[in-house]
Formats: sequence, structure tokens, C-alpha cells
Amino acid sequence: MPNFYDEMYASAATVRPHYSAFAEWLAQQAPQLIEQKRAEAELNFQRVGITFAVYGDNAGKERLIPFDIIPRVINAAEWARLQAGLVQRVTALNRFLHDVYHEQAILKAGVIPREQVLENAQYRPAMQGVKVASDIYAHIAGVDIVRAGEGEFYVLEDNLRVPSGVSYMLENRKMMMRLFPALFASNRVAPVDHYPDLLLDNLRSVAPQGVSDPTVVVLTPGMHNSAYFEHAFLAQQMGVALVQGQDLYVSDNTVYMRSTRGPQRVDVIYRRIDDDYLDPRAFRPESTLGVPGLLEAVRAGRVGLANAIGTGVADDKSIYPYVPDMIAFYLGEKPILNNVPTYQCRKKEDLQYTLANLAQLVVKEVHGAGGYGMLVGPASTQAEIETFRQRLLANPTGYIAQPTLALSACPTFVESGIAPRHIDLRPFVLSGKTVSMVPGGLTRVALQEGSLVVNSSQGGGTKDTWILEN
Amino acid sequence: MLSRTADHLYWMARYTERAENTARMLDVRVQYSLMPQSALAEQQGWRAMLGVSELQSQFDAKYSALTQKEVIDFMVRDPDNPSSIASCLRAARENARAVRGTLTTEVWETKNTTWLMLQQHLKSGMFEQHPGTFLEWVKYRSHMSRGVTLGTMFQDEAFNFIRLGTFLERADNTARILDVKFRFLASDTLKADAQVEFYYLAALLRSVSAFETYRKVYRDAITPTRVAELLILQAKMPRSLVACMCGVVANLQEVRNSLSQDTERLAEALYGTLQEAQIGDILEEGLHAYLTRFLASIAELGNGIGRDFLLPVAPEVHEPEPPETPTPGQTQTQSQTQTQTQTQTQTQTQTRTG
Repeated sequence: MPNFYDEMYASAATVRPHYSAFAEWLAQQAPQLIEQKRAEAELNFQRVGITFAVYGDNAGKERLIPFDIIPRVINAAEWARLQAGLVQRVTALNRFLHDVYHEQAILKAGVIPREQVLENAQYRPAMQGVKVASDIYAHIAGVDIVRAGEGEFYVLEDNLRVPSGVSYMLENRKMMMRLFPALFASNRVAPVDHYPDLLLDNLRSVAPQGVSDPTVVVLTPGMHNSAYFEHAFLAQQMGVALVQGQDLYVSDNTVYMRSTRGPQRVDVIYRRIDDDYLDPRAFRPESTLGVPGLLEAVRAGRVGLANAIGTGVADDKSIYPYVPDMIAFYLGEKPILNNVPTYQCRKKEDLQYTLANLAQLVVKEVHGAGGYGMLVGPASTQAEIETFRQRLLANPTGYIAQPTLALSACPTFVESGIAPRHIDLRPFVLSGKTVSMVPGGLTRVALQEGSLVVNSSQGGGTKDTWILEN
Repeated sequence: MLSRTADHLYWMARYTERAENTARMLDVRVQYSLMPQSALAEQQGWRAMLGVSELQSQFDAKYSALTQKEVIDFMVRDPDNPSSIASCLRAARENARAVRGTLTTEVWETKNTTWLMLQQHLKSGMFEQHPGTFLEWVKYRSHMSRGVTLGTMFQDEAFNFIRLGTFLERADNTARILDVKFRFLASDTLKADAQVEFYYLAALLRSVSAFETYRKVYRDAITPTRVAELLILQAKMPRSLVACMCGVVANLQEVRNSLSQDTERLAEALYGTLQEAQIGDILEEGLHAYLTRFLASIAELGNGIGRDFLLPVAPEVHEPEPPETPTPGQTQTQSQTQTQTQTQTQTQTQTRTG
């Protein structure tokens, strides 16, 4: 057996129980039919225009994210555990965010070094003492989870800024139901389609006090953003306006949109623009994507923003190692989901360990994202490792290192047939008056054999994710 | 509705309609070129077409010869020509993509599929080999686009701005088709040949899908006067100027706002004149002069719509209050907060007229 956990097969000859109905179905399908369905899926994604823009070389090009028709299946018991772990983790993270912008109890108690938080570029002093609805900061979290073994889940990243991918979760399900309706008759797959309703409820709860029927908008950087499809999709599904910065303006600390019938007040903004670009008066002055004066409107409590400004301080890779401590500090509980052991290269002994073991470790930029600027030791050449060593030595505080996890793999269609490929899972957790989520998430798959990088910007694909009901 | 959204919907519709009418104009030319005629006459025909589309100088800057192949290439696939079919279908799709959430899935998928199929047709050389089939395809996709819009869209403001764009563009295009065809008809090359005149007028009627209608309405020989009457003054003829203006007025009323009075008045006046007009009077003034005046009014109407709905004047923005001083001892810059000027930048629409 290979040295990773296979989601579908317990051994070469044994299918795991929750995959048995699917395996039986797959064995009965003619190869031509599968090939035809895969072509149909691609054609459909083209027609619907479910594309993402690629930054860099092919600027302006739209690309499809490869869709694999073998679903990633999770049984009810494992999902229950994942869900409990997610609720616990996101609750603690929101408590942490409220704390660092108010009493700072966790800093006073010495659980996390002060400077780690207050000198973090993602910490926004302008949010100190600002009251936000229900004391929630990260209304939408996309937590990246990997499996190393039976019941052994690790959180890789807590994405608390503008996590994307939920539209693929929904479109992948729609596609599977369209291509293989029979599969849904023989498997009790929990539905996910109500996500936009949950999201809208959540956003409406962020409205300023005294607003009974809030106007919600989705704020996008525009058509050339890689996640534009998702912004348009969510706005449409929720039945709210999709706006760009230029469509909004602030007057007397109140946000308005420019409409064909004059100004219209906006109460809640689901923003898909990073803090830095949100308000040129408060953050980057050269930003043309944002809305001048928005920060002051937020501070005055005249508009609700999801996610709140300043959540980046909680999902930063330099803060990540402290999340288990947060759970203990705020909730008095033991973490249900594991953290990956993390070496903080700003610490002398951690740096030394990292330098001595580069070939075995994954090294990431503290502020990096999208799978860019990372070293996967076991998959790198000696020359790549040496280049990275120099970058690390030049700026140790900019990096963390983690052991290379043996990510689980799921059978996937590749050129040579069906073969296991490594996967992760991003469930979307909604926090408002309560914490809720739909049973599922986005499963990303690294299509290159042996690759551990699942990001779509790095050629990763996606799968439908099935949570089976008992 | 957001002004920017209305702007995209309006231009999406205009470009879709323009692609169809360019195809119609080309189709009649291609058909007519099958008739026996002198090389000079043929060249004049193509030149007139470029002239009425205000594209002559752009064409001359790029191409040395004026042949059917060059002109069709320019009008169909040239990305530098903003009115080429490829440019229009691309612009229609890009505008639709910008507001895809406002459209029904079917409308968006129709625009997107048209654009995807166009890439294939251009690549496969289909339109060079079978220009007629290709132009039919463009018209067919436009019919489909319109059908899916009427059949699936909720009839709110979004719908009204789409229809407004469609009717305004169609009024413009019908006037241009008439202008070029009647100027050619009046030229020396065609004079005093009843048979040629017949084929010419028949092709013109077919280009606006009015051949059968003409027979039904007049039950008589095809004459230039009646053709002009049908395409300008016949309210029941969907592509006539009066029918287009009826659509413009109705949709303008639906979206009326506090700024739009003058624009509405202009549209109503234009519509009113068309309802009252007699074809004899128009021909007496001269068709070319009349249509030139009409096109100027359409352009003015377009500007009015842009000004009143799509590019609202930036509202006054109040000076921001000075931000509270960050707690001492913490490092974070907020210095730029007050230095921003209050000018609002609008960069959207002006570049998209054509």
C-alpha cells in the first residue's frame, strides 16, 4: 500500500463502506459513457461561464477549473466531528478578534506575545473599540482542512478575509446531479443548495441597529478579478446588487449606491475586496477599487461589513500556531481539529531546525496565499532548496515551516485512467447570532501525481463533496 | 437599479442589435453582388456601405484594395473595427458578463455561447467559405437572444434598459440601411433600369425581413416610395423608424427619473413627427437630408439617456471628519486619510459609444 490514506479504498481490494454504492455504480459504467459525461461537463462549464481569471502570464485569459467526476465522500460520523471542530475553532477565532480590538485579555495574560498581534501588518488600530454587530468579525470563514489518516484531520489555514470557492461547491453539485442523477438516488447525499439563503440571513443580521429591512450588496473588485464569477453568482443567488467601488459613495458617514433613480442607502456590504483596497482614505491611497470614507462609516456604526476590517490578524500564518491556545483561553476546551506543528522561523531554534531539515519540510511565507512562494521540501530539487534557503536567511520572520503531511488521496480521472491524487477540503463556516454551515465544502485536488499543492492557480482541480446522511 | 448595471444592459442590447444589423446590411450586399454588374458599380456599393457606417477612413487606413473580401473581413472579424460583427458580439458578451447576475441564466448563456461559437466559426473559415450561412447564423443568434430576453426576463427596469438599447440601436441602423440603399438607387449606375431596380429593392426589403410584408401591405409592384414608406412610417413593421421610436418612448417612460424630462420630450417629439408624417413630404425634403436629421436626433437621444440614467452626476461628498488619533505607541499609518481630493472619477460609458 502507498504511504497515504486513500479516501475510497481501505486496501487494494476493499472499498470503504461509505464509498461502496459509488464504487458499485462506477464498475457498471462503460468507459465511453464516462468520457462522454466528462466532455459534457466541460462544455457546460464553458457555456455557463464558470471560469476564473489567471494572473500573470496570460493576463485577461479566462480558464476553467478542471472538474473531476469522482466525488469526495465523507461519512456522517466524520462530518459531525469536523463540524463540531469547525464551530469550536471559528468561535474561538471570533472571540480572539473581538478581544484584540477591545480588552486584549489574551495579550495581558501572555498567551500570545503582544508584538505578534499589535505589530502585525494585518492588525488595524482603526478598529480598536469599534462595536460590530453581535461582536462577530469573521462572518464567512473558509477553513482549509486535510486528512492524514483515519479520523485525523488537520487545519492548514483559517481563511477569514475574503475566502472564495463556495460557488464551485454549489456548481459542482449541480453538475453532478445533472450528469448522474441516478447516483443521488442510491446515495443519501446531504444537500448544499441552501447556502445562499444562509449567507443572506447572516448578512442581514449584520445590519446597523434600527434598520429593519436592510439593503445588502456584494462588493467586487470587478470583472478581471479571479473570483468574479463567484461574486456575480452569489449576488444573483441572494437577489442583491453586485456593486463596484465606483458605484458607492459615502456621505455623512452613510453609504449610498448610485442608482438610475438617484442615491439609495446601503446597509450591509459583503465585500470581496481586501482591507488594503477597501478605502483609499484609510488604507492604500492609490486604490481605485474601494470606497472613500467607508472606514469612518463602519466606525460610526452606519454600515455593516462582512467580513469586518482587520480579520487578517487572526488567519495570519504567524498567529496560526496560537489557535489551540485561543480555544483553551476563550472556551476552556481542547481543540477537536489538529493544528499542524509549526516552526516559527522568527525564533532562533525554530529557524535552525528548519534550515537543517529543509528537504523534509513545507516552508510558507507568513503573508503568502494561493500556493505561491512556498517550498515543498520533498518535492524540490537541491538547487530549489538552496535558493529558498537564501530567501529564508534574508528574512526569517517572513516564514514558517511545517512537517510535510501525508495528505489523503482520492481516486481521480487522469490521462492514464483512474489514479489517487491528493486532496484538501474547504468548508464554509457562517458566523452571526449562531454559527452555521451547509454539510459540505469545496474539495480541491492536485492533479499532478504526487503533488501536494491543490490551489487552482497552480493547476489544481475540484470535486463534488458528499456528506452522507445516516 | 445601479447606474452602472443599467449602462451595461443598455450597451449589451445595442451591440447585440448592431451585430444583427451589420449582418443584414452585409447580407443584402453579398446577395446583390451576385447580380450582373460592373466592377465599378460593385465597388461603389461597398464604398457606400462603409460611408454610411462612418467607417470609410478607418477602412482606408488599413486596407489598400476595396474588394468584397476586404470589406467583409473588415466588417466581420476585424477587432480594430468597433462595429465589426466580432467586436459587437464580444462587447455584448463582455457587457453581459459584467451584469450576469441581473440576467436570467438563459440570457447570459445565450450571449456567452454566441461568443464561444463565433470563435469557432472565425477559426474554421466558415464565413469566408459560406458568407451567407454565416450571416444567417448571426441573425439567428440575435433572434435567439431577443427571444430568450422576452421569454425569460422579469419585466422590470433591467428589461426596460435592454429594450431601450435595442430600439434605439435599431432605429439608428434602419435609418442607415435606408440611407445607403436609397443613395445608391439614386446614383447614375442604377438609373432607368426597371429590372435592376426591382432586384435591388427586393434585396433591401429582404435585408430587413420585409419582402413578404411588402407584398401583403401593398399588393402591388415594388416602388422606392412605398419601400421608404414601409420602413419609415409603417407602425406595424417591427424595424420601421416609427415602430422603433414607439419602443423607445414606452421604455423611457418606464424608467423615468427626476432628470429625464428633456430626454423624454425629445423622444416623444421624434415619435410624434413620425406618426404624423407623409412619405410625400419626406421625399420632397429629400430622403438623405431627412435621415441625416433623424440620425442626429437619435445620437442626441443616446447622449440624453447616458446623461440622465447611466452616468449620474457625482453627488456632493462631504469632507471626511478627521480620524481619531490611533492609540499612542502603536504603529499604523493613517496619514493619508485627509489628503484625498473629492473628485469622483467616472470612466465608464464614454468610451463605449460607437
